[in-house]
Amino acid sequence: MRNPPSPPGALSRRALLTGTAAAAGLGLAGCGSITGGIGGGTTVKQWNLLAGSDGAIMTTMHEQFMEETGVDLKATTFAWGTPFYTKLVMGASGGNAADVATIHLSRLQSLSPSTLLDAIEIDELVDAGLDPEDFTPDIWDRCFSDDRLYAVPLDTHALVNYYNRTICEQAGVLNPDGTLLETHGVEEYFDLLRAVKDVTGEYGTSLDTNAGWRQFWAWYRQQDGEWIFHEDGFELDDDKALNAIDTMWRMADEGLCPRISDGGATAANFENGAGGLVQVGNWEITRFRAFNEAQGLDFSMTEMPDFFGNRRTQGDCHAFVLPRHNSWNADVRKATVDYVAFMLQNSFQWGAGAGHTPAYLPVTDSPEYQDLEPNAEYSGVVDNVQFDPDVWFAGSAARLPDEVGRVFAGVYSGANDPETALAAIKDVAQTMVELPNPID
Amino acid sequence: MSTDTATPEAASTADRPPSPAPARAPKRRSWLGLWFVLPFVAVYAVFMIWPMLLGLYYSFTDKSLTGRPVEWIGLENWIEAFGDPAAMDSLWNTAWFTILSTPPLVVLGLAFALLAHRARRLGWFLRLSFFAPFVIPVSVVTMVWLWMYQPAGGLFNHYLGEWGLGGDHLWAFQQDAMGSVVVTTVWWTLGFNFLLYLAALQTIPAEVYEAADIDGANSLQKLWSITLPLLKRTTALVIVLQLIASLRIFDQYYLMAGGASNLATENVFIQYIYNSGFVGFRIGYASALSYILFACIIVIALIQFRLLSRRED
Repeated sequence: MRNPPSPPGALSRRALLTGTAAAAGLGLAGCGSITGGIGGGTTVKQWNLLAGSDGAIMTTMHEQFMEETGVDLKATTFAWGTPFYTKLVMGASGGNAADVATIHLSRLQSLSPSTLLDAIEIDELVDAGLDPEDFTPDIWDRCFSDDRLYAVPLDTHALVNYYNRTICEQAGVLNPDGTLLETHGVEEYFDLLRAVKDVTGEYGTSLDTNAGWRQFWAWYRQQDGEWIFHEDGFELDDDKALNAIDTMWRMADEGLCPRISDGGATAANFENGAGGLVQVGNWEITRFRAFNEAQGLDFSMTEMPDFFGNRRTQGDCHAFVLPRHNSWNADVRKATVDYVAFMLQNSFQWGAGAGHTPAYLPVTDSPEYQDLEPNAEYSGVVDNVQFDPDVWFAGSAARLPDEVGRVFAGVYSGANDPETALAAIKDVAQTMVELPNPID
Repeated sequence: MSTDTATPEAASTADRPPSPAPARAPKRRSWLGLWFVLPFVAVYAVFMIWPMLLGLYYSFTDKSLTGRPVEWIGLENWIEAFGDPAAMDSLWNTAWFTILSTPPLVVLGLAFALLAHRARRLGWFLRLSFFAPFVIPVSVVTMVWLWMYQPAGGLFNHYLGEWGLGGDHLWAFQQDAMGSVVVTTVWWTLGFNFLLYLAALQTIPAEVYEAADIDGANSLQKLWSITLPLLKRTTALVIVLQLIASLRIFDQYYLMAGGASNLATENVFIQYIYNSGFVGFRIGYASALSYILFACIIVIALIQFRLLSRRED
C-alpha cells in the first residue's frame, strides 16, 4: 500500500499538540465537579474492600449515616486485596480517588502516605467529636507516618477459633458451660482435633489452606519468633519457623484439616459439619449467623488455640484514610471527617454484626459491648493480635503473605515438606528484599 | 486513506465564504479535512502516542506509582529485565501459550469454516454456534469455564470420575493452569478465525470447482489443490493476527489463574508487567518490560509484512 500524498498544509506538530491539549482539557474539566455536590447536598465518595459478609454491615451503617446527616454517601466495594489496593494507589496517584477509603493498617507504610494520602489534622477529628485518647496507644501510633496522622482505626480483626457446639459436645471437648476446652500445646490441641474428627468423619478443623500466612504468623509469633528485614537481608528463626510449618504439615498429613480448601470451601465445610472447628477471621461470623438462621448451626467463637504457650494470633486493623486529592472542597472534607467519626461512634454494630473488635474505646468499654456474645468470649484477641512484619512488601494482601502463602498451600497439599517450604519462603523473602524499594 | 477522499472535498468547499476553517491559517482550504480527523487524532495522541513516549522515557527512570521524584537511571531497568528470572519465565509462559494456542486456533478455524461452508440447511446454525462464543465477555467465559474445571463437583471431573478416567482429579490439567487456559481460549476466540476463513472461502469462485469436477477430481484433491492454495493469504493473515493476539494473553490468564485469591505461581508476561507496575508500583521497570514485549510483537508484524508483500509481487 502506497502512502497517499500528504494533504496540502499538513497539520504542524505544535498545532496538533495545542488542539489535543484543548480537547483533553475539555474532557477532564468534566470530571472535577462530580465531588462538588449536587443540588445543595454534599457527596462523599468512599472506596472499601469489604467484599465479605462484613460489607453488608457497613452498608447498613452507611444508610443510617445518610439518613442522619443528609450527606450523600457513594460507597464502592472492590474485590478484596490486590485489586482494591491497585485501584486505590492508581486513583490516589492521579489525585482523583475517593474522598475516603478503608485500608488495612499494616499496609499504611506501603501506600506511601506522604505522596498518596492526605494527612488528617487532629483538630479536624476533635471538631468531629473524636479524641486521640479514644484509641489504645499502640494502634493509634501505627496511624502515623513521619509524625503526621494518616489513618483513623476502625477495628481490630484477627484469626479466631470457631467451634460447632453440637459436634464438639458429641466429641466431649466442651466445658460444662458449653465453651470449648482450653488446650495447651500442639499435642493437646491435636488430641482435641482427633476427637472431633471421630465425630465428623472428615476433618477436625476446616482450615483455609490458602491462608497459610495467617496461620504461620500466628504460630511463629506464639514462639516469640521475629522476622526482621534489613536493606539486604532478613532474620528469620529457622527452628521456630520449622515448628510452625511442621504443625501445618502434620495436621494435613493426619487428615485433621483439609489438604486443599479456599475461603469459600473452608466456611462451607464448617457449616455442613465436615469440620467441627475452624480457625478463620472473626469476620465470618456474619456468614455463619446467616447459616444458623437458615439451616441451624450452633456455634461459638474463642481465641486462637495455644499451640506454643500462648494464644497469639495474626490480625490487623481496618482504618480510614483520605487518598490524596488534587483539591479539597471544604464541605466535602468536613463531611468526610464527619463520616469517619460517625462510623467509629456507631461501631458497636460493626463489632456486633461483623465480629470485629472496635478500635474506638468508648464503644468497647461500654457495658453493652462487654456483655456482647460471642464477642466477649474472644475479647482477648485485641491483646494477642500480631501485626505482619514491618516492611514495605508485607501487610494484608501484600506480596510477602501472598507468595509465602502459596508455599504453605503446598505444605497443606502435601507437595512441600517443611524443610522445602522453609527454604522456599526464605527464597521468596530474599527476592523481595532485593527488589528496589519503590516507596522510599 | 480517509484523508485522501476528504482533502479534495475540503479543497472545493473551503473556497466558499462561510468556511469553518480558522481565518489565521494561510492555506485555508487544507484545514477542513483535518478537523474531521481531529477527534480521533486527539484521542489517539492522548491515549496512545503520548503514553508510548512517556513509557519509553519512564523505562530509563525509577518512576514509581507513588509519585515520588523521578530519577534517571539509564539502562538499569533494561539490564534488570533481561536478568530477571521471573520476567523471563513469564515471557516464556507467554511464548508457550502462543505455541500451544495458535495451531488449534488456526486449524480448527479452517476446519469449522469448511464445515459451515459446505453445510446447506444447517449453515446458519453452524455459523452461529462457532462464532457465538466470541461475543461473550471474557469475565463470563472464564467464570463458566472455572466452574467446569472445579476439582470437586466441576463438570469435567464429575464425568471423568464417572467414566473411571481420572478419579476425582482433572488428569489433563493437574500440573499447571496453562492447558486449561488454552482450551478455554480456543473455545472462546475460535470464532474470529472461523469468520475470516469463511469469508475467504466465499470468495473462491465456484467455476474453479466445476472445472475440477469435470476433470474428475475428488473432494480431497479439490481441498488440497484448490481450496488451501487459494486460502494461503488468509492463512498468513490469520496466523499473524493469532500470534499477536496470543502474545498479548492477559485477560483469561489473569481471571482464571492470576487473581489475588488464586494460588497459581506462574504469570504470563503482561501479567508480570501489570504486577510490577500497578501492584509493585514500579512504573519504570514495567515500562521497560512493556517495550520488550512491544519489540517481540513488532518483529512478528514485520515478518508478516514481508511475507504478505512478497506474495503480492
